[in-house]
Amino acid sequence: MNLTRQASAPLYEAIEIFRKKRIVPFDVPGHKRGRGNPELIDFLGERCVGIDVNSMKSLDNLSHPISVIKEAEELTADAFGAEHAFFIVGGTTQAVQDMVLSVCKHGDEIIVPRNVHKSVLNALILCGATPVYVNTEIDERLGIVLGMTVEQVESAILAHPKAVAVLINNPTYYGICSDIKGITEMVHKHGLKVLADEAHGTHLYFGDDLPLNAMEAGVDMAAISMHKSGGSLTQSSVLLTGNGMNADYVQTIINLTQTTSASYLLMTSLDISRRNLALRGRQSFRKVTEWAEYARGEINSIGGYYAYGRELVNGTSVYDYDVTKLCVFTRDIGLDGIEVYDILRDEFDIQIEFGDIGNIMAYISIGDRIQDIERLVGALDEIGRIYAKEGKRFEIDREMLLPDVIKSPQAAFYAEKEKLPIRKCVGRVSGEFVMSYPPGIPILAPGELITEDIVDYILYSMEKGCSMQGMEDASLETLKVLRGV
Amino acid sequence: MEYWFSELHSPHVKFGIRVEKQLFSAQSDFQRIDVFESPEFGKFLTLNGSVIFSEQDCFIYNEMVAHVPMSVHPSVKNVLIIGGGDGGVAKELLHYDSIENIDVVELDEMFVDVCKDFFPETSKGLDDPRVHMFNVDALRFMRNQKGVYDLIINDATDPFGASEGFFTREFYGSCYKVLSEDGILVYQHGSPFYDEDEGACRNMHRKVFHTFPISRVYQAHIPTCPSGYWLFGFASKCYHPLRDFREEEWNERNIPTEYYTTNLHRGAFMLPKYVENLLKEEEEINS
Repeated sequence: MNLTRQASAPLYEAIEIFRKKRIVPFDVPGHKRGRGNPELIDFLGERCVGIDVNSMKSLDNLSHPISVIKEAEELTADAFGAEHAFFIVGGTTQAVQDMVLSVCKHGDEIIVPRNVHKSVLNALILCGATPVYVNTEIDERLGIVLGMTVEQVESAILAHPKAVAVLINNPTYYGICSDIKGITEMVHKHGLKVLADEAHGTHLYFGDDLPLNAMEAGVDMAAISMHKSGGSLTQSSVLLTGNGMNADYVQTIINLTQTTSASYLLMTSLDISRRNLALRGRQSFRKVTEWAEYARGEINSIGGYYAYGRELVNGTSVYDYDVTKLCVFTRDIGLDGIEVYDILRDEFDIQIEFGDIGNIMAYISIGDRIQDIERLVGALDEIGRIYAKEGKRFEIDREMLLPDVIKSPQAAFYAEKEKLPIRKCVGRVSGEFVMSYPPGIPILAPGELITEDIVDYILYSMEKGCSMQGMEDASLETLKVLRGV
Repeated sequence: MEYWFSELHSPHVKFGIRVEKQLFSAQSDFQRIDVFESPEFGKFLTLNGSVIFSEQDCFIYNEMVAHVPMSVHPSVKNVLIIGGGDGGVAKELLHYDSIENIDVVELDEMFVDVCKDFFPETSKGLDDPRVHMFNVDALRFMRNQKGVYDLIINDATDPFGASEGFFTREFYGSCYKVLSEDGILVYQHGSPFYDEDEGACRNMHRKVFHTFPISRVYQAHIPTCPSGYWLFGFASKCYHPLRDFREEEWNERNIPTEYYTTNLHRGAFMLPKYVENLLKEEEEINS
């Protein structure tokens, strides 16, 4: 990374010059710097509305970057150690879909862990490829999905000659990392591509003593949620490619679904955040790590909670752990994660990232303050004091059920379907998604066999207050299944 | 020369103090600290642009947070003061011989130093051997303690600034936990008059009311506070501020005061109707 070059922010600088020119707009957007919509100015401020502009010569064009956006993307690639970087304004969902669409086509298979984000499966509906799920381990105590091992991925490759790529979460929502370097080297020997979902891993590129980032591991493409740990605006994201990917082809794929009116607020926030990460990222994430480790120690000293960290690392299914994640297992105080999540919000005015059945996760970032971390720990202490009851145990395998894929997601998505009461769906093939949100990982996807365990799990999650999404009938009394299958 | 300090008490009301000179200004790790010299209020200190105390009116709340609980609880030995890095509250409490220990937890070390430099009279309360200063976050300080204090005084005043964490349910719950079986918590309850302040005031009462068996509110007139009208909270595990009031006992101590009297003690709990109403509304909300 060239630090002198990284000190510039070409898109931001171009926007500043543009602002001062006071150009008369006879182009879109129609609010014309907000004048046509004064309420919008009141809401967002003149400065913000004034740079909500369309592509023009001085500001380049995201669909075909040749000047300031191109330079900003080149600086991003340099900062992340990638061959090429693409700014994405449709969220990391779009970046992930673009990765999949860049390497898979109809009839192909792609090897994925089950805790894959729904964006991957949505991309498979678009392109017609079929997922091959790797049977990753589940931590019996915590009920969380662990990483993929080199051996698991290799046996999936050998069993599925039609597979063209492997997708790796680096890290998972819970901070679990697979041996991304070992997997990548092995997969490349078999001639397949490696894609990394780094929605929760921006900081891995700017941390000392954090798990290996995907580009350094040699993957072919990586989707980076700049708006999560990177500090840019929500919905802005980056797609990275490594050696051996045809950047022009990837640009074509991106242009299939990306807007032709990309927001300069989002793109400029990427440019500014990249500069900030390159110049000050290391010290920021050192602070974040320090706070997360401090909070972990304090939470573990309360008793009853288990805030896990590096001790999970076992060299295989947990190859490494991202210590900036603050995940806490809550069942030993007799409360589900989702219950603690709700109590924190409703009674303590603290919004955390998610609660699942056994865990909560608090997102620690460069925007935090130590006094807020003290509040979080204090609130957990209070919840323990007021609500603790006898510890709950999991029935193992409840959290993650490996489905049988009967049809490709695309075939199932477009197939004739019928609605049945959920209990009657056992033995049938699902026609829709059922996801527990957050973190948006499918319990069922189109084309998968519905078993009794899966139905039990869906009803249990719902009863515990997880928000269930993806299906047509929000009450989940019925599910859509394939007709005649 | 016209030189004025001003502070917005609401978005539409500005409070001004004519200033002779500014004595200090710095940004600590937690907040901006300024000290001014003024003809009317003497020296006064502001945090993030809000007046925290002035030489002329600080006696009012120092006395009100110290003597009200001390005239109710029969034998306070161990006290925790949160905030209070200026030493004013500690100084009032040192009048009581029964008190054996006062822990002052003030996160901001610079605040303590500034008070020592510019308000040495008030700060000397901190030099007494019974007083111990801790520069840590109060939530953290209380985390691993249980049932040890007879009295907690939360001297932090601003629910929107660096002390925001001391107006939360986890804070009041932690106070409950570290108080002894007959402990009392007294805290700054804000001003109920302007809209924005009223919201914060309501939130505080709701949280405390649902944490402690006894939770009453009392008042004082403080010129530098928004609308000049200020409330305090009295929360306790068993003592009622009026029913358990030990009036004669307190008068026998002959403690010198300028604001507090035992007559005023009773009157301070007699609130205007609109304040009674808003407190009542919060009490009726199920936690």
